[in-house]
Amino acid sequence: MIRKPYLFPPYIWLILLFLTPFAIVFKVSLSDLAIAQPPYTPTLDLTEGWAGVRAMFEGFDFENYVWLFSGSWGSWDVASFVPIWVFDDALYYNAYTSSLKIAAITTIIALAVGYPMAYAIARAPRHLRPLLIMLIIIPFWSSFLIRVYAWIGILSNEGFLNMVLGWLGLPELRIINTNTAVYIGMVYVYLPFMILPIYAALDRMDGSLLEAAQDLGCSKIEAFWRITWPLSRPGVIAGCFLVFIPVIGEFIVPSLLGGSDTLMIGKTLYEEFYNNRDWPVASAVAVILLFVLIIPIVLFQRHQLKQQEAQL
Amino acid sequence: MTDVTGFAPWDDPQATPLISYQNVTKTFGSFTAINDISLDIFPGEFFALLGPSGCGKTTLMRMLAGFEDASQGRITLAGQDLAGVPPNKRPVNMMFQSYALFPHMNVWDNIAFGLRRDGLAKDKVAARVEEMLRLVRLGKFAQRKPDQLSGGQKQRVALARSLAKAPKVLLLDEPLGALDKKLRQETQFELVDIQEKTGTTFLIVTHDQEEAMTVSTRIAVMDEGVIKQVATPPALYEQPNSRYVADFIGDVNLIEGTWINGSLVWSADQAPFDAQGTAGQGETVWLSLRPEKVAISKQEPDAINKVPGKVIDIAYLGNLSTYVVEIPGGQKIKAQAANARRLASRDITWNDTVWLSWTKTAGVVLTE
Repeated sequence: MIRKPYLFPPYIWLILLFLTPFAIVFKVSLSDLAIAQPPYTPTLDLTEGWAGVRAMFEGFDFENYVWLFSGSWGSWDVASFVPIWVFDDALYYNAYTSSLKIAAITTIIALAVGYPMAYAIARAPRHLRPLLIMLIIIPFWSSFLIRVYAWIGILSNEGFLNMVLGWLGLPELRIINTNTAVYIGMVYVYLPFMILPIYAALDRMDGSLLEAAQDLGCSKIEAFWRITWPLSRPGVIAGCFLVFIPVIGEFIVPSLLGGSDTLMIGKTLYEEFYNNRDWPVASAVAVILLFVLIIPIVLFQRHQLKQQEAQL
Repeated sequence: MTDVTGFAPWDDPQATPLISYQNVTKTFGSFTAINDISLDIFPGEFFALLGPSGCGKTTLMRMLAGFEDASQGRITLAGQDLAGVPPNKRPVNMMFQSYALFPHMNVWDNIAFGLRRDGLAKDKVAARVEEMLRLVRLGKFAQRKPDQLSGGQKQRVALARSLAKAPKVLLLDEPLGALDKKLRQETQFELVDIQEKTGTTFLIVTHDQEEAMTVSTRIAVMDEGVIKQVATPPALYEQPNSRYVADFIGDVNLIEGTWINGSLVWSADQAPFDAQGTAGQGETVWLSLRPEKVAISKQEPDAINKVPGKVIDIAYLGNLSTYVVEIPGGQKIKAQAANARRLASRDITWNDTVWLSWTKTAGVVLTE
């Protein structure tokens, strides 16, 4: 550490802005609900000295986690050979699985839309590319919240989209407050994170590789699948993680565009904190969410590491 | 090489060319890259397209590979018109200047790539890849990825990959450009060796006249979309047809004068130079004289062509020294002499007055 003083800032950053808040959230998740300020117990009473600290630790338990997971192996789903976990309160479980599902579908749509866009930019005339990349990035210059609100204006029942459909004599669509609206909003917001790494991978590719593949007997389509696709895969994987991970915990898009039946963990967490005011359970949900997210992140880093090793 | 083996199908009116460019023109917008070129290349040749960058040599090659279409004219390969045939359907393979090795495949898979596209049986692919690995002496590196190879090894993988399908013609785009000088020279001989072993027709694009001279049976010297001269390396060196070719191939002295009564009048007060050549009476001509054919001496020699001068500069090249001598009228002439004796005993030095001399057949009279 001392020999590499330039490593201090990132460590201090992590300790202050990640580890400390996490420790606080974790502590709250071990507490119990209380009608008090703050709304949980035990709290640290420093006037009691060491005894106070000890009293606080004695008050901690894993009750909230036990409750979140409480349930029993109900039965076997014969069709899919999966044990059905029956929860006392299935809300959180459903919120997690629904979040994972929405994140997965959003990632697939973003890939299907983003790959052709990245490909088109990478194959555009060289002088046009900075402009096209700029157009992808420009939305970041306006507030995320404003952009999502703009979608309400477009998608709502009296919104821009239905106005245009009305003019064209087409039936109106009910999109706002449905999962469709959530997908539209999510793909819109996270598409640049898909496009940029794929573009970077495609842009690095030497064009003569495709000529060589054709020269050796590939048609243009075959050359794409044998050369371009595998060489852009690191970008595809990076893009997928960059979309998937934040979408799982996304809160603004589902609460503004989604309906009452849109179940996502970020939204559930918010309601637990502010509507239910059950901070300990909410904190436990947040801690579990972190672990749900850590798994794909670790997988991603493993992949990156393997890529780097393969290149050495 | 030509002279040694007697291989000279271009002199045989009965021989059929393998590749034939017929009045080929290629334009990119308003720019004419290739201007009405006709050229025949024969089976078994090691043919070089030589010229400065931008002269159209790469375009001419890429048209044969199928990456560019001719704007006008016809290109045939073994009698077949290539118009409209896509690159993957041509019996031609190319070795790219950047090598274009597939970075996500190891050496073995790179070499096998083209064979697999042909749907060859597994054991046939394996046998051919092993054969290619032996040919380029890379057997030990079969499992390496391109990133783990040196420049020379990459170059040999690229060569093996482009030869694996046994193409009728192998195209080499500046194949040795990325190698350092010593490795380049070794690889030149290796290329010639492989060309002879496989009997494949090679078409090489290069801007390096030394490389073209070393490897090829014939050279086409190109400039601004046209071919200036096609000839064997010795013929090109000894009998250039223009100042451009004389200047591009090796070092040359060009003395401007007027052709009068079979000799070159170059100065009002000096004797004309006697030379062999055909030019019109009174035409402006240039005498192209290679430095090594000019003798330098302190005493006035007994020679047909001689001229006094002053030594301006001496470049010591180890085995040779090049003397830059200013002759009356101010022109500087280069003369080259072998350093048969040790440097200390050299008798010519800066500012010495010396005599330059050469025979009647030493120079070539050029009219353009």
